[in-house]
Amino acid sequence: MLEGLLIGLQTAFSIQNLLMVIAGCLIGTFIGMLPGLGPMSIIAIMIPVAISMGDPSAALILLAGVYYGAIFGGSTSSILLNAPGVAGTVASSFDGYPMARQGKAGKALTIAAIASFAGGTLGAVLLMVFAPALSSVALLFHSAEYFALMVVGLSAIAAFAGSGQVAKALIMTILGLIMATVGEGALFNLPRFTMGIMDLQSGFGFITLAMAMFALPEALFLVLKPKDLKGDDGEIKDLRITRDEAKAIAPVIGRQSVQGFFIGVLPGAGATIASFLGYAVERNIAPKKEQDEFGKGSIKGLAAPESANNAACTGSFVPLLTLGIPGSGTTAILLGALIALNVTPGPRLMIDEPQIFWAVIMSMFIGNLVLLILNLPLIPYIAKVLAVPRNFLIPFILFFTLMGAYIGQNNATELLILVGFGICATALKFADYPLAPLLIGFILGGMMEDNFARSMQLYDGIAFIWERPMTLALLIIAALLVVLPSYRARRSKARADGVADGD
Amino acid sequence: MWNFKLGRRALISAVAAFGLVGPVLAEDQVVDSIHFLIPGGAGGGWDGTARGTGEALTNAGLVGTASYENMSGGGGGKAIGFLIENADSNHGTLMVNSTPIVIRSLTGVFPHNFRDLTLVSGTIGDYAAIVVGKDSPINSMEDLVAAFDADPSGTAIGGGSVPGGMDHLVAAMVMEAAGKDALGVKYIPYDAGGKAMAALLSGEIAALSTGFSEAVDLANAGEVKIIGVTSEDRVDAAPDAQTMKEQGIDTTFVNWRGFFAAPGLPADKLAAYQDAIAKMYDTPEWEEVRARNGWVNIHNSGDDFQSFLEQQEQQIGDLMKKLGFL
Repeated sequence: MLEGLLIGLQTAFSIQNLLMVIAGCLIGTFIGMLPGLGPMSIIAIMIPVAISMGDPSAALILLAGVYYGAIFGGSTSSILLNAPGVAGTVASSFDGYPMARQGKAGKALTIAAIASFAGGTLGAVLLMVFAPALSSVALLFHSAEYFALMVVGLSAIAAFAGSGQVAKALIMTILGLIMATVGEGALFNLPRFTMGIMDLQSGFGFITLAMAMFALPEALFLVLKPKDLKGDDGEIKDLRITRDEAKAIAPVIGRQSVQGFFIGVLPGAGATIASFLGYAVERNIAPKKEQDEFGKGSIKGLAAPESANNAACTGSFVPLLTLGIPGSGTTAILLGALIALNVTPGPRLMIDEPQIFWAVIMSMFIGNLVLLILNLPLIPYIAKVLAVPRNFLIPFILFFTLMGAYIGQNNATELLILVGFGICATALKFADYPLAPLLIGFILGGMMEDNFARSMQLYDGIAFIWERPMTLALLIIAALLVVLPSYRARRSKARADGVADGD
Repeated sequence: MWNFKLGRRALISAVAAFGLVGPVLAEDQVVDSIHFLIPGGAGGGWDGTARGTGEALTNAGLVGTASYENMSGGGGGKAIGFLIENADSNHGTLMVNSTPIVIRSLTGVFPHNFRDLTLVSGTIGDYAAIVVGKDSPINSMEDLVAAFDADPSGTAIGGGSVPGGMDHLVAAMVMEAAGKDALGVKYIPYDAGGKAMAALLSGEIAALSTGFSEAVDLANAGEVKIIGVTSEDRVDAAPDAQTMKEQGIDTTFVNWRGFFAAPGLPADKLAAYQDAIAKMYDTPEWEEVRARNGWVNIHNSGDDFQSFLEQQEQQIGDLMKKLGFL
């Protein structure tokens, strides 16, 4: 391994390659901030440039920079504008945006940068040490377990089911699950609930819905309720993290980097599931007092999904590099790039072309490090976006939102759907319905249904629930995650009412 | 949604085609410009085919300039509808499409079918393959059929398309040709080829129905075994992989890709497009694009294209009726 590291270092530390990684990080960060352009599209845009360089190592280093930059840039728009551009950063907006609203945008971005860096770096260490052994982990899960994993992920909605909100959160989750059934699913060749409208054939787009649920109502809310302005005066304070805060988030980052990495290794899971699970788990193991902070600007609630999704992105390289199987859209595109450069990923890559394998690993370290160094000084300037006067900021957000929905598919109908849902979402927001559970339900619903239906088919019924111990275990964990907090809440409420049960 | 299935070959092409080199003026230019209409988003199989073809045509000087438009929606149906409704203003447009136009027209997902368009040429194709994991006791189609006979519900065949989609139809077609009941085949759908491949390696499914080009690299790396290819003769890229025909299963299948134009296209324009595409095959520029993507040249022009499509429609239609999809 040491030898490999040296090979990788030698490759990575040439002036040309360092410039590549810096350019990649900058391009990735800035384009990644635009919703609608996730890592996948940015890498697709950059690949011709990378391929034309001809040198696989340099190309990979450039792409790794772009990849990490794009992930980081995506969290920026989630935090500042509540406009998550990719599903993996939805969870980052749960606490990141409230922090920004409280004037702590700088701090939120700093936490995101550090958590991302730690997640990516720890992930790369795990990848380096365990890659060959991990190929079997990647193949451990069958559809039944993926289904159970999605159920665990759904328990993240508990964070939005505060007192008196349980029914509302449940309704919104179910609404999200229902919306996920629109269109022609992967398992049926019949369109469902499309009402004969051709544009609904492929279902609602993620970006469209994310913008309609988060960014658009936020902007409209600012217009319709201008009184609600406290903390929105554009002042950026609290750039630094205090020692106590660092102490509080360090274990979260550590746990979520490892957990996120392993979820990322599974080809059917990925960064989105990792971020929701990370959020749910950290909320549940947090002490009662901090638990209530989740969803309202908790630093732990931001650090958890940020480290988990970055670690998961690194983890998704395991099936790509060791088996030659792309587990996510982004790794599928990278696989294409590798093949175009005459590199065939797979079990023989480490043996046949170790310099490439190690260059990938080194590029991950360097990419993460460069990103941190580049971005920390930039944060105050990026956060200044919020200091733009509101009558300029709101049109900007609206433009940003509409563009995000249009840019991926070039389909103008998306805009109508966006505005329609945006108005519904604004009404729901006024009625104090939490919108995040809807989006969580929508994102997980499709995958949950597919995996459930597949397992049903394979086992001719629901026997897989008890015939596969891992499925059962995951489902029990999910049940505990949902039941325990509400039980605890009820007990503490009962205790407060003076009918404590003598603990 | 197989039109978004991220076939690895398609991806490379999508990706590579972004880097277009400026048009080279040549004396043998056949068409001034072509506007490619792509019924799916950037990065899919259709996208790669259109951009790759455009790249070869312009670089070889057969076409002056090429432009591209992605119009997704309706699983590709929106672009077809657009081309038909705006036929008169779209004489300069070529739309890329593939086997799904046949299947989806049959199921009624598309209100139109290929007869509503002007057929230009089928240009490339990919064979289908049945694949098993490297440790599987199954080594040939005969073994697979035997395993199926022994335990039909335990011998699940997976694929990266919806039931009634291409991967399913290939699996059913092969079993039918082997004298088994196509309806009895347990087909498990996955939403992308990569995930279906992971399921095969994890042992969730016994065999996988997929595109030959998507399996060939893993087969050469020793991760999977290709037990049957739906080509007439063995394919050079994997000379050890037996064809279905060799194993007594009399069936062939080609997942083609090709180009269509608006209905009512003047005959001289159609001839010019077909001429440009026909000449493209002899150019080194096309060979470069083709090799990079691992495409197989399967050229059907005009009437040949029509009869090819009719024959495929017949083959697929019969099977879908048998399977209860029609």
